[in-house]
Amino acid sequence: MQRQQPNILKPHFENVNFQRDGNNMILNLGPQHPSAHGQLRLVLELDGEKVVKSTPMVGYLHRGMEKMAENIPYNKFLPTTDRMDYIAAASNNYAFAASVESLIGVEVPRRAKVIRTMILEINRLNSHLFWLATHALDVGAMSVFLYCFREREFALDLIESYCGARLTHSAMRIGGVPLDLPIGWLTSLEKYCDHLSTEIDNLEGLLNENRIWKMRLEGVGVMSAEEAISSGCTGPSLRGSGVEYDIRKEEPYELYDELEFDIPVSQRGDAYGRYQVYMKEMRESIKILKQLIPKYAGTSTIIMAESPKYISAPKEQIMTQNYSLMQHFVLVTQGMRPPIGESYVPTESPKGELGFYINSQGEAHPYRLKVRGPSFWHTSIFENLFVGEYLADVITLIGNFNIVLGEVDR
Amino acid sequence: MAWHKVDYTKDNGLPILLTTADKIVSWGRSNSIWPLTYGLACCAIEMMATGASRYDLDRFGAGVFRASPRQSDVMIIAGTLTKKHAEFTKRIYDQMSEPKWVISMGSCANTGGEYNTYSVVQGVDRIIPVDIYLPGCAPRPETLQYAIMMLQKKIRKESIFRKQRQRRLV
Amino acid sequence: MRTYKPKKNVQHKAYHTDRFYVAPTLAKIDPSTDEVFSKDLKLVEKNFSVEEAYIQNNHLVIYVKPTDIYKVLELLKDSCKYQMLIELSAIDFVEQSNEFEIFYQLLSLTKKKRIRLKTKISADDKKIKSVCDLYKSANWAEREAYDMFGIKFVSHPNLKRILMPDDWYDHPLLKTYPVEGDESASWYEVDKIYGKEYRDIVGPELRDPAYIDRLDSKRFIKIKHEVPYGAEISETPTNMMSEYQEEKGVFLVRKLRRAKSKILKKRR
Repeated sequence: MQRQQPNILKPHFENVNFQRDGNNMILNLGPQHPSAHGQLRLVLELDGEKVVKSTPMVGYLHRGMEKMAENIPYNKFLPTTDRMDYIAAASNNYAFAASVESLIGVEVPRRAKVIRTMILEINRLNSHLFWLATHALDVGAMSVFLYCFREREFALDLIESYCGARLTHSAMRIGGVPLDLPIGWLTSLEKYCDHLSTEIDNLEGLLNENRIWKMRLEGVGVMSAEEAISSGCTGPSLRGSGVEYDIRKEEPYELYDELEFDIPVSQRGDAYGRYQVYMKEMRESIKILKQLIPKYAGTSTIIMAESPKYISAPKEQIMTQNYSLMQHFVLVTQGMRPPIGESYVPTESPKGELGFYINSQGEAHPYRLKVRGPSFWHTSIFENLFVGEYLADVITLIGNFNIVLGEVDR
Repeated sequence: MAWHKVDYTKDNGLPILLTTADKIVSWGRSNSIWPLTYGLACCAIEMMATGASRYDLDRFGAGVFRASPRQSDVMIIAGTLTKKHAEFTKRIYDQMSEPKWVISMGSCANTGGEYNTYSVVQGVDRIIPVDIYLPGCAPRPETLQYAIMMLQKKIRKESIFRKQRQRRLV
Repeated sequence: MRTYKPKKNVQHKAYHTDRFYVAPTLAKIDPSTDEVFSKDLKLVEKNFSVEEAYIQNNHLVIYVKPTDIYKVLELLKDSCKYQMLIELSAIDFVEQSNEFEIFYQLLSLTKKKRIRLKTKISADDKKIKSVCDLYKSANWAEREAYDMFGIKFVSHPNLKRILMPDDWYDHPLLKTYPVEGDESASWYEVDKIYGKEYRDIVGPELRDPAYIDRLDSKRFIKIKHEVPYGAEISETPTNMMSEYQEEKGVFLVRKLRRAKSKILKKRR
């Protein structure tokens, strides 16, 4: 046997046998590629510049989160959910917390609901701005990237002054929120909303009628409604194909049934249609945030649900009362034990339907936790959608579907 | 040749700076480090934010993100390295031309971080040598800027003639 | 005496469980209380044998036989308008009953209702019919279930591993698989990149989160004073403070002085 030389890498992966018929070229795109949005790997079979066959390969960011969840208590898993869809971290926190809450059956106080909905919508803005930034960068509009990141930083400032973190918020807990809003936060939120709506005008002015932008996006990646439904598309990708389904409206959670907003739909089904949906959704988010600000004022100061069996008492009580301290100790060291049963709460994350299927067997750890991340299902359509497209359009579409590999691979 | 009225020996001294080749080359190197776009997970977002409007990595001469390993000097491993991806990391590192440096950004790249699981490499230094370890989950852009400054300091201290001192592991 | 650890389930457990603790069960509502669900359930019951059916957390849960699963899904898709397969995965119940539970979550966009269809397959053969040609989204979901549990979906067009590498040993989400990985997982990247001979040089993984190597922290803290791994430390740097610049300053680079710098009171 030939000994392997240290320091010299034996290229196992170069010996991959690609099936070749005819004169097609095989192109390996990723996993380290600036427009692969993380670690997506595509093996494309090209006829000239047209894609004949596309094989997306995922799993390069598989971190074993579902396995982790089976081995740690419920509360401990909440910060891990941040790292899944890391562009809109709080929407993951919410989806997990909501699923556990429906399992243990607690009602979240009203003020916590207001704060949660605000954080969710700021996250949506965050995610959509980031999507536009990277998508435009892929297509070739560098300045849009810089403008979007500038605006995103202001949104991150808001989040940061609320929970202290820029990226991994953990801004929610099972049963409520850990903190009340800081003083003056709502006025800066209002200011930001006004500021952003003018900024969106600017961005749309840059892109909407831009000749290059339209040429790169129009008629690219056309997906019919039937195909979108059958492939499990949700969120803006589904609405970009003309299906009007938004979980915030159809199966409302938190305060969404009290708020007035529209569901933007595009009948085009192509990349440009999805772009329009995203831009309109940002305006709707601003509308929602503006409606939420007056709702905060009349609420009582309670921000965590009271449920001694599952949720620790407020810090003040823990420090002063013996039984609260004991209960807190048991909950922290052993973890809460929800009843035997299953729960799945669908939520509308910025990318689509996000839900945590939790199977509890009455133990301190979930027996099985399955994450339904929208990006996983959006990546699976690349197998069929890219066939017949040009290579340059593949890059457009990877950005257009707003996939986050943390959610695909978990 | 123009005739100079200035007497350099008397007035302000010669417009010449004397230094060693070592120092001038490593000074040049330290102020134009081109990073590789190697965003793996969450930290990649912070790396992008560092390069974007507010934090502006260009001030340190490190804002030119290259997509090709052959054109870049520093590899910022931003995110979780999984076992499936590990071989590609090594391959990309081998493709980079000397001199090259590695910044391991975030807890996941340093030690595996919170992912004490079957599929995560427990520290990038099992695969490639690392120069700067950057703690945090995810590190703020300021932290990455500081890491770049520390790396610049390190580069300035290196000699261009002697072989680079062997770093950890490989 | 060593404590007994069950081999069929090697997952971590809470460090203490009360001996007399009996977990409550989440309420199961009778499906006849819901108008839409009872209609759908009747249609399924008419054609197939339903083992159990109840409503839990707004989902209608139906247990059917594994042989019927394709036809039930076909019926639900065509007659009951459950157009979307939202989720498909499995649960490992090998320890309790030597079975795998497979669940299909369906969504009806028109009725705005959700069904969870469940079936139990034996852990001995782990085979079930694929539903790829009914729902396109089942393609990758089934591949993932195969990757994670080793369940074979018969007549699937491309049943390969999806998240783990092709040469990975074992299926990670089985309860018999530890969260830190087995022997082959712990050496996977070293074996693949350098070869097995290199295991001794790289060394085993450090999985203990509380592990602190006192000397290791000294090796890296001071630039230019690093010591290669495994070498003896002869001199310890006296000044451990790390400055981002050399003390004398660098040509053309101005050093930031805290007293002279302007600090903004508010972010712009």
